[in-house]
Amino acid sequence: MSSIPYEAPPPRQSLGRRLSTFFYRHPHLSLALLLVAPITCFVVGYLGSLAVLLLASVWNVDPFTSQVVHTYTLANFRRIVEEPVYREVAWRTIRMAALVTVADAILAFPIAYYMARIASPRTRNLLVVAVLMPLWASYLVKAYAWRTILSGEGALNWALSPFGVSFHGYSTTGLWLVFTYLWLPFMILPIYAGLERIPESLLEASADLGGRSVRTFVRITLPLAFPAVVAGSIFTFSLTLGDYIAPKLITSQQFIGTVIYDNHGTNLPVAAAFTLVPIGVMIVYLVVARRLKAFEAL
Amino acid sequence: MVESRLTRILLRLGVAATLAFIYVPLILIAVYAFDASVTQSWPINAFTTKWFSVAYHDDNVRQALWLSVRAALGATAIAIVLGTLTALAVSRFKFFGRDVISLVVILPIALPGIITGLALRTTYTTVGIDFGLLTIIIGHATFCVVIVYNNAQARLHRVSGSLEEASSDLGADSWQTFRHVTFPQMRTALLAGGLLAFALSWDEVVVTIFTAGAQQTLPIWIFANLFRPIEQPVVNVVALFVIVMSLIPVWIAQRVTAERPGTARRA
Repeated sequence: MSSIPYEAPPPRQSLGRRLSTFFYRHPHLSLALLLVAPITCFVVGYLGSLAVLLLASVWNVDPFTSQVVHTYTLANFRRIVEEPVYREVAWRTIRMAALVTVADAILAFPIAYYMARIASPRTRNLLVVAVLMPLWASYLVKAYAWRTILSGEGALNWALSPFGVSFHGYSTTGLWLVFTYLWLPFMILPIYAGLERIPESLLEASADLGGRSVRTFVRITLPLAFPAVVAGSIFTFSLTLGDYIAPKLITSQQFIGTVIYDNHGTNLPVAAAFTLVPIGVMIVYLVVARRLKAFEAL
Repeated sequence: MVESRLTRILLRLGVAATLAFIYVPLILIAVYAFDASVTQSWPINAFTTKWFSVAYHDDNVRQALWLSVRAALGATAIAIVLGTLTALAVSRFKFFGRDVISLVVILPIALPGIITGLALRTTYTTVGIDFGLLTIIIGHATFCVVIVYNNAQARLHRVSGSLEEASSDLGADSWQTFRHVTFPQMRTALLAGGLLAFALSWDEVVVTIFTAGAQQTLPIWIFANLFRPIEQPVVNVVALFVIVMSLIPVWIAQRVTAERPGTARRA
């Protein structure tokens, strides 16, 4: 019996199919195609701009025309280091950032703890949304709300008046309160996530071994949650360092952000040089945070 | 339960106090929008809705609103495209410099906004780009990309790449695989990321002040007018509008990703 040897016809390859095969065989090429647009945009648009900003910090300003001249000088840095006003502003801002961070950590802990360990899953989800929503709500409007609350005839002094107390809201203390308010959700969420990761069994073991609740909290919970606090502090610290809107709305005092903002039109090189202070502080902060394992807690 | 009864009661009180602290200012903004008086003081004596109509008929407010919407849509579109491409590359390929990319994408939100703003402004004036809608959109896109990227990347991390391989084995080309397999899996994450990017761009002010030139988005309009006592009532109305319009997309984004537990955790 003779059989006709059957040979399957080669499947007709569509153009799309052939292209797909080609890309499958050349994964580097498909990767390059995916990344060419994002990388170009980021390098040109963002990193390029940062480079121009750094460059601007060594430019000159013509003393007669107050135009920026593209000649190079280190005078801007000398001015920032030598003139005490810049140092004062830098310290005031860093101090403010630290105080805001501490206040936020203290305020965030109870609610984060409740969300992570006590609330039922349903309440927990509700609380996450309740904390998350204000985080996205317009930051300018929130700062503006505080401007009206803190004014002499505002709600805060009205609430305090029965006690015969009055509070000068447009002050450094008022600003500290506003910053603490603005960045609080940024602290609550990482701490909540950090506390949720602590296995219940560790706390039970501590209790079994005779640790009272305070002791368990100080010796077990707090150390394990610390990286999460540091993670949250990255936001509270960085956001306070660069802010100029809230200081403008609440006080007449100068902070790093307001100095940069006020100078950028009249003396761009000095403003650009001063941005290196928050950049430098944040780089140090991020390096330390990384050491403290905060990045895993983000 | 390790916590004692007293601890739990105290914690509950703490939660109530914190929530009050978070929400009272937001509620006050809403109440002030109905204040009949031009001079702002507390408590409010008479209520009115007339400032809504004043704000509605204000030409500057309308122009600012239109600009804000266009800027937010533009920034969201760019963020979705670039964020998705980056997320696909980072989660489906292993390559040299992958960690660098995920770090660089986060930079615009890790560094204070004033730095992004001043850097872009300096570049625009140095290169000679005129301020306009485009300069605002570019500024917003820098920090919106990371939002879409985070959402898309988290989703791709969870759904396995083997489905895509199966799709190609069964004869689908790359586009068909993306359209019928990859995209449906990412759809809700992209929607949520896009909505959050929109909300972020819609009320952004720190970067926008540097990149807008003479134009006013709604937040810039608020910032320019809130020191003028005469404009106070209209500012209150616009402030309420801005905050409500930024919460709606966030709320929808929450709903979209909350269908499976654990998805919305790191929005």
